[in-house]
Amino acid sequence: MDWGILKSSVEALQNRGTGLQRRLRSLRRRLVLLMAVVGPGLITSNVDNDAGGISTYTQAGAQYGYMLLWALIPMTIALYVTEEMCARMGVVTGKGLSDLIREEFGFRPTFFVMITGFFVDLANVVAEFAGVAAAMQIFHVSKYVAVPIAAMLVWILVIRGTYRQVEVIFLFACILYLSYVFSAILAKPDWLIAAKYTVIPNIHFDLGYLVMLTGLVGTTIAPWQFFYLQAGFVEKKVGPRQYSQAKADVLFGSVSCMVIVFFIIVCTAATLYAHNQRDITDAGQAAQALIPLAGKWAGTLFAFGLLNASLFAASILPLSTAHVICEGLGFEAGLDHKFKEAPIFYWLYTILIVVGAGVVLLPSAPLWKILIFSQVGNGIWLPVVVIFILLLVNRRDLMGEYVNTLGYNIVAWVTAIAMIVLTLFVSYAAFFQQGPSPGG
Amino acid sequence: MELYATELMGVRTYDAQGNYVGRVREFFIEPAEAPNRISHFLLSRGRFQPLVAKHNQIASISEKKIQLNVGEKALEIYQPNESWLAVQKDLLDQQIIDTRGRKVVRVNDLDLAEQRTNGNVELRLTQVDVGLPGAVRRLLQGVVPPGVVRKLQRPLPPSTIRWEFVNLIEPDPLRRVKLRITHEKLEDLHPADLADIMEDLSATERQSIIASLDEETAAAVLAELDARLTKQIVEDLDPEKAADILEEMAPDAAADLLADLSKETSEELLDEMPGQEANEVRELLEFDPATAGGMMNPEFVFVGENSTREEVVEWLRRQDRNLDQLDTIVLLDNNVQYSGAVPVTRLLLAAPGEPMGALKMEPLVSLPPDADEKEVFQLFDKYNLRMLTIVNKDNRPIGAIAVDDVVSRLVKK
Repeated sequence: MDWGILKSSVEALQNRGTGLQRRLRSLRRRLVLLMAVVGPGLITSNVDNDAGGISTYTQAGAQYGYMLLWALIPMTIALYVTEEMCARMGVVTGKGLSDLIREEFGFRPTFFVMITGFFVDLANVVAEFAGVAAAMQIFHVSKYVAVPIAAMLVWILVIRGTYRQVEVIFLFACILYLSYVFSAILAKPDWLIAAKYTVIPNIHFDLGYLVMLTGLVGTTIAPWQFFYLQAGFVEKKVGPRQYSQAKADVLFGSVSCMVIVFFIIVCTAATLYAHNQRDITDAGQAAQALIPLAGKWAGTLFAFGLLNASLFAASILPLSTAHVICEGLGFEAGLDHKFKEAPIFYWLYTILIVVGAGVVLLPSAPLWKILIFSQVGNGIWLPVVVIFILLLVNRRDLMGEYVNTLGYNIVAWVTAIAMIVLTLFVSYAAFFQQGPSPGG
Repeated sequence: MELYATELMGVRTYDAQGNYVGRVREFFIEPAEAPNRISHFLLSRGRFQPLVAKHNQIASISEKKIQLNVGEKALEIYQPNESWLAVQKDLLDQQIIDTRGRKVVRVNDLDLAEQRTNGNVELRLTQVDVGLPGAVRRLLQGVVPPGVVRKLQRPLPPSTIRWEFVNLIEPDPLRRVKLRITHEKLEDLHPADLADIMEDLSATERQSIIASLDEETAAAVLAELDARLTKQIVEDLDPEKAADILEEMAPDAAADLLADLSKETSEELLDEMPGQEANEVRELLEFDPATAGGMMNPEFVFVGENSTREEVVEWLRRQDRNLDQLDTIVLLDNNVQYSGAVPVTRLLLAAPGEPMGALKMEPLVSLPPDADEKEVFQLFDKYNLRMLTIVNKDNRPIGAIAVDDVVSRLVKK
């Protein structure tokens, strides 16, 4: 009888790919490999340029012209070094930062890190929605319309989308930061002088200058970003084999973040500082002031950049916070779960958005105080998180061959201590100074 | 009475003479002796070397004090022991697999029960707490009095897992042997559930579990996992083990997996596989993944069109293969060319002597291996197919695409 389990024969098979086809396929595969890793680093660094950040950069440019540009290079290094440690931990251990803190330091420290994080992040979310309100004012849209729509948009985006879709949208948002580049070009700055000030340090010892400097560092390196970055690599299942791609992602993210900061400072320095309009306190005001100085387009692009940054950060901050808390306490977390599978995760996320946007809508909202609180909160929370990171990344039983090298440790600890000193200083200044605080 | 591990941490211990010995800092279980008995209590006493009390040296236990039935001199000095499971270090705050709830959870606390055995009291680990009551105890124990903690946790919904259903995750294979950790219970889970569990673990944990599963289960799990994860796992496996697992997979699944690997790794694995299986996979690898050939499985059931229903059923019965997924049988004519397909329901309902040729579906559909996947989808949609035969130029069947292959392809899009 002629039946049986058939084995196909080599001769019968056609459709062998030609050499060219195969080479194209391998190129595509390599691109896919890189794209599979890229994302967390680029997104995290760019979210650093959030509403609070842009306001600080604007003030830095308006008050001190090009004088603070030199700080960008050391800041890039600091940002890269701290972020890279988290990326490495995520890639090597496959666990989130709050997971690791929980497993290695126990329940109570984790709980306090998370509770602090919740309130600090909530204050930051308020700041983002305030940024949305300020940007939309330039386009003559009332905050009572703009903020609820923004909140809905952010909520739907994350609840309805899958991780991949959301990431693509976030990567697109990164590109929109380029509006600041055009804004700066329209402002017609003196590029030669800007370049000179970037390379040659220009240090002053008056209090205002130092406060502004610490504000720059403080808004650029925010504690929650480490959790987001590490979780991003974990959720993408990036393994040690793709560590070099992950590193490239973080490096590219840190540099591109600082390039945007450069253009924001140059833009405001060439216009507001040059025309003696130095008492700007937030990015919305700056956009308004740019219109008569550099033309309608410069101001519009500036406001658009602020809107994009605020929306972007407003989508990521609540997400990151909900993640951190659920991971640490052992609740299901992550966008790949449905609402029913991870109710606490989605509820936390929703509360952060509703309260964050709601506060901005209060007619007599103490926005100024909340902004200061978010800055001080970041400052207090940051050293704690960085020390946890350094303790963890040096554990050989966790990291194996990927522990920090001595040289790396030195750079990282110097960065950490500098950040701690600077942020304590800015927190102190924010508390005890009556005048406008940096980063407002 | 029920006791909690957090409550007992730090409790003062007294010897038979009533002298203070030290505070409890850790509990150990010796799985080789008894899977759930607290076998040793670590007692620390400041700057002195810590002591160990054995389970048969305990006279009574409460959340306020532990009473020994021997003098302090009878206790041994603590020596670290790899074959002891440390409750605080190895269990609290760590992730475990809940084999009944089929998910990965984090341990907040442990529930212990007293058991009296001739003259002494033993503690048995009954369940692990993964819910809010445990979290509240962890947060408040030592800050507010134990009685208040108990009152506070009472209204909270309990969430516990019986110790028998707990599967520990230990990446170190040596320690796993010493602690008698096996993943046998995981092999009883559905591969899709096991794959979900794998997604929640870190790379090293995943790796250690896959390596300890039997090849058949491992193959089924890999087939359910996301392509990127599968790739990572196979790359990190010992090539011999990886080849064994690939051998257990359906050739089309194995080919899809190998197509994602580098040329060298994929060749290395194919060389490790037995010749026949390796050849099947090699042939499939030649097809573009987006064609019918790239989707088909070269293993399918076919019979001659002249054979009777009875003969076919008899033959199927004798196969020692798993035919759970079988729902269509391919027919061949006398020239070994494709002549039709018979759904098993028709076979089931046919009279014993009926020839297979009389049962085949109309119209006769098939595709060549270089047909685009879109054509495959359209045919499945148009004729409500459950299986599609792929034929070569000479109209000989070389493979078949099942409806579940189509579904998973469409889901990925």
